[in-house]
Amino acid sequence: MAAVAARHDEFESLGVQILAVSADSHFVHKLWQEEELSKMVPDGVPFPLLSDANGQIGRVYGVWEEDAGVNIRGRFLIDPDGVIRAVEILAPPVGRNVSEFVRQIQAFQHVHATGEATPAGWQPGQAALKPGPDLVGKVWQVWKPESRS
Amino acid sequence: MGEKESSCVSPAGGPVEPVSGGQNAADGSQLQEEVAGMTARVGQVAPDFEATGYVDGQFKNVKLSDYRGKWVTLCFYPGDFTFV
Repeated sequence: MAAVAARHDEFESLGVQILAVSADSHFVHKLWQEEELSKMVPDGVPFPLLSDANGQIGRVYGVWEEDAGVNIRGRFLIDPDGVIRAVEILAPPVGRNVSEFVRQIQAFQHVHATGEATPAGWQPGQAALKPGPDLVGKVWQVWKPESRS
Repeated sequence: MGEKESSCVSPAGGPVEPVSGGQNAADGSQLQEEVAGMTARVGQVAPDFEATGYVDGQFKNVKLSDYRGKWVTLCFYPGDFTFV
């Protein structure tokens, strides 16, 4: 979560509210913020740390690990209409890639604002696709797969 | 509404069944049975919930639906004081 917090200004400038959820109690969240996070990130994490003590929320979101009694890493991007637009769930030993997540937010916000679609690897500023009959069979003219450099 | 400011907030927890008319679960009642079949899926409305949290130095109850109109990212993680 500290990795997300360290780039919170990016989420803020994109107008994205982060809500962090774990099985820890709100009391433990307070301790973590004071004892550790505030030493990793100036002033600690600037978003709510929520308690899902009995896994009720995690079960509904498909991230509750029954045996361990914890939520595994899962992130859900929710648009202003309350609709889930992107989901990523990772097994515990691997952390998130915040850069890719920021890119996905930018892509979904572009799609939400324009009705266009973004091709693989799209970055802000690049051309997006305007879905419709005219595009069928013509994607090759406007987009080429990225090759590894 | 869903946010109560208090140093001794009564713990809220869990999914909140969508109710027409707005106000519901004011007592933080848990509706697990009713939402047992409800799951989060891309393209579907995110299941609402209320949870107690640590927010800006306060204990507060936070409801997902309070953020309607904004982009929201829900980040689940295994636990405080873990390493990744």
